[in-house]
Amino acid sequence: MTFAIDDHTFVRQELHTPLPPPRRNIGVLGWMRENLFSSILNTLLTLFGLLLVVLILPPLVRFLILDAVWTGDNREACLAPGTGACWPFVKAKFGQFIYGFYPIDQRWRVNIVFALGAALLVPLLIPSIGQKRLNALLFFGAYPIVAFILLTGGNIDASAFLFQHFGLFSGLAGASVAGVKLAFWLDFLLTAGLVTGLGAVIGAALGDARGVARIVASVFLGLGIITLLWDIDFGLQPVETRQWGGLLVTLVIGVTGIVTSLPLGILLALGRRSKMPIVRLLCIIFIEFWRGVPLITVLFFATYMLPLFLPAGANPDGLLRALVGVALFTAAYMAEVVRGGLQAIPKGQYEGAMAMGLTWSQMMRLIILPQALTLVIPGIVNSFISLFKDTTLVLIVSIFDFLGQLRAAFTDPNWASPVTLYTGFAFAGIVYFIFCFGMSRYSMFVERRLNTSHRH
Amino acid sequence: MAELVESARGKPPGTSFVNDPKVRSIVLQLLALIVVVVLGWMFVDNARENLAAQKIATGFGFLDNTAGFGISQTLVPYTETSTYGRAFIVGLLNTLLVAVVGIILATVIGFLVGVGRLSKNFVVRTLSATYVEVLRNLPPLFQILFWYLAVLSALPSPRQSISLFGEFFLSNRGIIVPRPLFGEGTALVLWTTGFAILATVLLSSWSSARREETGRGLPMGRIGAVILIGLPLAAMASTGFPITFESPELKGFNFVGGVRVIPEFVALTLALSTYTAAFIAENVRSGIQSVSHGQTEAAHSLGLRSGQTLRLVVIPQAMRVIIPPLTSQYLNLTKNSSLAVGIGYPDLVAVFAGTTLNQTGQAIEIIAVTMGVYLVLSIITSVIMNAYNRRVALVER
Repeated sequence: MTFAIDDHTFVRQELHTPLPPPRRNIGVLGWMRENLFSSILNTLLTLFGLLLVVLILPPLVRFLILDAVWTGDNREACLAPGTGACWPFVKAKFGQFIYGFYPIDQRWRVNIVFALGAALLVPLLIPSIGQKRLNALLFFGAYPIVAFILLTGGNIDASAFLFQHFGLFSGLAGASVAGVKLAFWLDFLLTAGLVTGLGAVIGAALGDARGVARIVASVFLGLGIITLLWDIDFGLQPVETRQWGGLLVTLVIGVTGIVTSLPLGILLALGRRSKMPIVRLLCIIFIEFWRGVPLITVLFFATYMLPLFLPAGANPDGLLRALVGVALFTAAYMAEVVRGGLQAIPKGQYEGAMAMGLTWSQMMRLIILPQALTLVIPGIVNSFISLFKDTTLVLIVSIFDFLGQLRAAFTDPNWASPVTLYTGFAFAGIVYFIFCFGMSRYSMFVERRLNTSHRH
Repeated sequence: MAELVESARGKPPGTSFVNDPKVRSIVLQLLALIVVVVLGWMFVDNARENLAAQKIATGFGFLDNTAGFGISQTLVPYTETSTYGRAFIVGLLNTLLVAVVGIILATVIGFLVGVGRLSKNFVVRTLSATYVEVLRNLPPLFQILFWYLAVLSALPSPRQSISLFGEFFLSNRGIIVPRPLFGEGTALVLWTTGFAILATVLLSSWSSARREETGRGLPMGRIGAVILIGLPLAAMASTGFPITFESPELKGFNFVGGVRVIPEFVALTLALSTYTAAFIAENVRSGIQSVSHGQTEAAHSLGLRSGQTLRLVVIPQAMRVIIPPLTSQYLNLTKNSSLAVGIGYPDLVAVFAGTTLNQTGQAIEIIAVTMGVYLVLSIITSVIMNAYNRRVALVER
């Protein structure tokens, strides 16, 4: 049986090209129908939103750019009615905003600190650049010491250590080589030797002289190196912290807070999850206390109450006191962030590490913390952002940070004009926004990069 | 063999006691304890010496002394002859006022913006995102100063104040609102209102219990409206409308009558609530996004409308995710209200840790009390929010 093949039948081989969708559903019009005017409520919302944009955006652009005054030497330039931002004001006060009252001929030191910080921080933040360990060591270890010497001028007054209180080495009082006080260092070495020896004796009684002596000696060595560097007279003119100000103080508080609060927070978090009841209790009390009170009261505490608790005559620097307060406060928040990460690590990781015969510190250093910290990077960066925003509060205990300098600049009669205030706020707002927004974007970038979890 | 067993029972050969976890734990804890005790003892000792040297009194006797300074906003009667204790209460109430008003405003704005960020409407979505990014990334003290110095101080003087409906006046002296006057019979109206609220709550819980059981409840929306509006209205009518409002009037250079809301309060509340709202919006957004889309689809396929889906399916599940971070935002707002001292709003820190501390010099007592108050506020807020959280939390098998 055969089929008669009809040669005249036409079978179309390819599909007909689809008709274009209705005009009203595509293109700009379709998008607008779908997204802006899909219902009455939606249309009203769109119109309301557009109204807001029209009310806010054009005046803002006019104020900041179109009507703004760009040149001038004093308030005369910005007095005309209808003028926008008075940028010469920012230009004139720029040094003050950045350096505060840091001596003008010494500002190069601040610039070096800024440049060095940027040079160390940028490669640390870019994932593709290697040598992260060395980089981190330099940024978190060496940089603070160098910055301290450059900013304060170093050559701290290393006074009595221990035995000098009992009149020892009094014959050497005042003797120094390159700013290094001999009496202090003899005292320091003697104390270090004695304490290490004492540790060794106690250790020997318990069965391990060398182990204990090594721990004690390394603590003294670290302390000694830092103190020695700060003690050497590099010939820099000392600059009191009272003269610091502006963005310098903001960054000093921010960076110190970051550098100190992270290790402190990790220790507190480990302590809070420790099996040792006393350590755990102390850590919980510490964390919950700082988290329960506002930073302002912490700063008041550091400014008014702390001097009462210290020996009479010991009057620590105002900025240092604020720094201690900020660091402890941030450490408590950091501890909770890190604890979240520690809790997220499955028990198998701990058990696996222990089964491999790792010690507790090896387990934490090599297995748990790398995973836990990676998990909570967004939380850590969030803490940094709020720390950066919180630095503004030192204004209340009379430390003139960036915002403080801004406020001080408003009162300058040379620049008193109707737009000075708005110009200052616009400038400061842009600066703060760049820092905080930058940090949050960076944290999102890291989060995406490290996101190896199995999310759908 | 015997030696092997012996050594296995004791410490293993060749290991130092330094590596023995038990010894370490005891030594570490002892060290920690010693450090804390020695530090504490040093602090107490130094404090005693310093206080004696500077001739600062100790104890809380100063609370009964006359304060001698005025406070610009007092919720309870206070004059310059009142005591420091009274000033403390005034400051505390002012802090609570900012916290409560701020929390309510921040929640409303935060939920609106949070839902707006997920809107299909491009304009609404972009505006909400801009709001969140801008406000979240500016320091709260900056925002408070901005509202205070750049917005409220720029308002016209009372003589040229901006009038709303002829009853509310905006000027650089604050906002003047009509003052309610309570005439004869106010008590009856208030009691009736309270009764109406109670009745509505009871009726609605009875109605929802019945709906659970039989599938049929009462139309609570309409009944509630009738009770809540009708009863107080009837009470007011029967007592001849005892509550009246005294309109503020411009006389000379200032207003007479009405209640003045000081600009410091307005600046602080606005700045804090808009700032915190940006964070709440993010919490709300992540909460709603945590509810899987299948829930919405399932609700639609059951025949629920969009509003019902949102109200009955999505939001109850989102609340579980939203509540815990919302609690910490409320706590943050309460703690941030201490920034009031930056613009001179008389809150607890400004009145007590500021002026009172300067006048008496009793730093230890005053700062300890101030910190204690915030600690207690934190604990109360978290207890309330935890209780609510337990109610909405997922009950697992």
